Amino acid sequence: MLKTFPKGGIHPAENKLTSTKRIQKLPIPKVVYVPIAQHIGIPSEITVARKDKVKIGQIIAKSGGFVSSNIHSPVAGTVTKLDKIIDTSSYKKQCIVIRTDIKDPSNFEEIIYPLKKEIELTPKEIVQRITDYGIVGLGGATFPSHVKLQVKEGNNINCLLINGVECEPYLTADHRLMLERPEEIIVGIYILMSALNVNKAIIGIENNKKDAIDIFKGLTKNEEGIQVAALKVKYPQGSEKQLIRSILKREVPKNGLPHDVGVIVHNVGTVFAVYQAIQYNKPLIERVVTVTGKELKRPSNFWVKIGTPIHDLIDEVGGLPERTRKIVNGGPMMGKAMKNTDVPITKGTSGILVISEDEASRQRSENCIRCGDCVFVCPMGLEPYLLMKLTEKGLYERALNEDILTCIECGSCSYICPSHRPLLDYIRFGKSIVKKLETSKN
Amino acid sequence: MSTQPIIISASPHVHSDRTSKKLMYDVVIALIPALLVSLYVFGIGALMVTAVAVISCLSFEYLIQKYVLKTAVTINDGSALLTGILLAFNVPSNLPVWMIIVGSLVAIGVAKSSFGGLGFNIFNPALVGRVFLLVSFPVQMTTWPSPVVNQTTMADAVTGATPLGVIKEGLMQGETITGLSTQIPSTIDMFLGITGGSIGEMSALALILGGIYLISKKVITWQIPIIVLTTMVILTGIFWSIDSEQYANPLFHIITGGAMLGAFFMATDPVTSPMSKKGMVIFAIGIGLITVVIRLFGAYPEGVSFAILIMNAFVPLINTYFKPKRFGSKIKSQIL
Repeated sequence: MLKTFPKGGIHPAENKLTSTKRIQKLPIPKVVYVPIAQHIGIPSEITVARKDKVKIGQIIAKSGGFVSSNIHSPVAGTVTKLDKIIDTSSYKKQCIVIRTDIKDPSNFEEIIYPLKKEIELTPKEIVQRITDYGIVGLGGATFPSHVKLQVKEGNNINCLLINGVECEPYLTADHRLMLERPEEIIVGIYILMSALNVNKAIIGIENNKKDAIDIFKGLTKNEEGIQVAALKVKYPQGSEKQLIRSILKREVPKNGLPHDVGVIVHNVGTVFAVYQAIQYNKPLIERVVTVTGKELKRPSNFWVKIGTPIHDLIDEVGGLPERTRKIVNGGPMMGKAMKNTDVPITKGTSGILVISEDEASRQRSENCIRCGDCVFVCPMGLEPYLLMKLTEKGLYERALNEDILTCIECGSCSYICPSHRPLLDYIRFGKSIVKKLETSKN
Repeated sequence: MSTQPIIISASPHVHSDRTSKKLMYDVVIALIPALLVSLYVFGIGALMVTAVAVISCLSFEYLIQKYVLKTAVTINDGSALLTGILLAFNVPSNLPVWMIIVGSLVAIGVAKSSFGGLGFNIFNPALVGRVFLLVSFPVQMTTWPSPVVNQTTMADAVTGATPLGVIKEGLMQGETITGLSTQIPSTIDMFLGITGGSIGEMSALALILGGIYLISKKVITWQIPIIVLTTMVILTGIFWSIDSEQYANPLFHIITGGAMLGAFFMATDPVTSPMSKKGMVIFAIGIGLITVVIRLFGAYPEGVSFAILIMNAFVPLINTYFKPKRFGSKIKSQIL
């Protein structure tokens, strides 16, 4: 029996065009644009100045607080500018611009990291290194990983969940990583288990990645404490709360966090980054990115340096197709549409999706026919039609009482609506106002 | 890269291919078997009535949208077409044309447009039209032509009552079910639809086929029809087991009258049914219950239309009090 969450969810066309494409190394970018706000929380503080020479892996912006993260230089080169440029949010944000020194051999060094199983660090040292090396959640939310590992005294964390679901259509970054680096991921899981002092970890993988499930089942056959859970292909299976419900049948309370039910969740990409940081002192300066789209010449998976402008990736897959109308950072369900291809890859970019004319525009919104589909598909048990109406009418107090803030913005309601109503757009807007009203109240 | 500008919109960037229009036309497709049966049973009259109802519903929708509401004309969204078909399915095949037009005006003008058009109406438009006709022209609305296929054997009976009407009247005159059973068609005829009644309601078989199509295409949920029919079976079953001479059997109740048409096609109208699964259950139980009460104890032989309209009125309340369970609320103690 495949595990799944009981209420809601949809099954959009999977379109995993790149699931058989090996992860390739992208050529070193000539210039990198490294934003200082790549994670949830406080932006980092720049520690370099214009014309400074920087080495690969050198800290260029240090953590600005507890919920923040260090940022390291992805290349060896010279800081040419500290400027505001448009990032994935479509707003101008502070960036460190570094010109790669093409004469510096360290930029082209092919470092081979043989599998290293022995964990030499103590739990405290592990957490410290994860903090220092700028590891954040690579599943998309970019929550600084060390924060999740700093569990308070008296907690009862008893299970670590590894998110290998990748329920977004098109994206295959996690899938490929699981196929190509499974042993490193297992070691990474042991590292996190040791840091959290838990003896049980479960890897959740959607059943459309049977090859990955098989590999991990094979590798964990004789491993104590690590299990594999095959999950039903249903979006949003990879959402943290849904994943916990699917695998452990535990429901994170409203306004609660996973640790309230004794669980910590990390994405497989993060686990791999943790492995490299702990075993090989490698800070988070590159990640796997899927570049995909139905009309691209060569949809691919790449190892990409943080800060690489998206056009570098697009050039590598054969350029933008003629009929391109939308460029999305992330998957089609939760990704952000971008203004242009100058936007840099950040720690949270799992994919670049190029959408052509046929699918880029929305259809005209029609009257709500009250079919209830949005209610049926909402994995959080909300009533999207109602939340939209309350927001439209400015009834924010009622929207709050109808739990608008628990919306995880998965987009299932907007996806399913037969009248093409902009449900999630209104809910997002309503959420932002309700949040503001709540903070002003306190 | 194209000269067309890049589109920036918020996620999600993909959408399902479901559209309201497709849903409406799927219901129309699901009604075809029932229409074919009525053509076979009642002849060209059935087609006439259906055509008049459809044309007048579409015309009223167009005229009202264009000249009264002055909004965009949406007559090709399938909703007025469906209202027309369903209205026709709820009237006898020999109803005068002008009455059908009046019924259509009430359905589209009063029940739908005056509330704000598609999606805003509280009551099922076709049923409002039907009930308006029933209370205004009770004689014409309850005089059904006998099935043409049977006219050779019952040459004098050009008009006849529905099986439900026969039972109701007979019981009131002190007869028993056994005594009345010779006056109604056989169970198999009633199941197939070789019986008197409104155009689209007679053939349980055709309607079940249509219903299965709709459920399989996820146009309707199974909850409403199945629970409506189950409630009817249970309640009529209780009375039948107490006194089978005074109360007809449950099978009779669900294959006659508007039970199937109501359960699969009228109660499931998305606009006028509840938004949550829990709400749908309450709604469907209510319809089954009220139908049985009217049929067994009311003045009318049939109660499906009234039952659905009454429950339509409760939908806003049901939506308020029967909400889906919020994720993370009311959690049982969890084993950690």
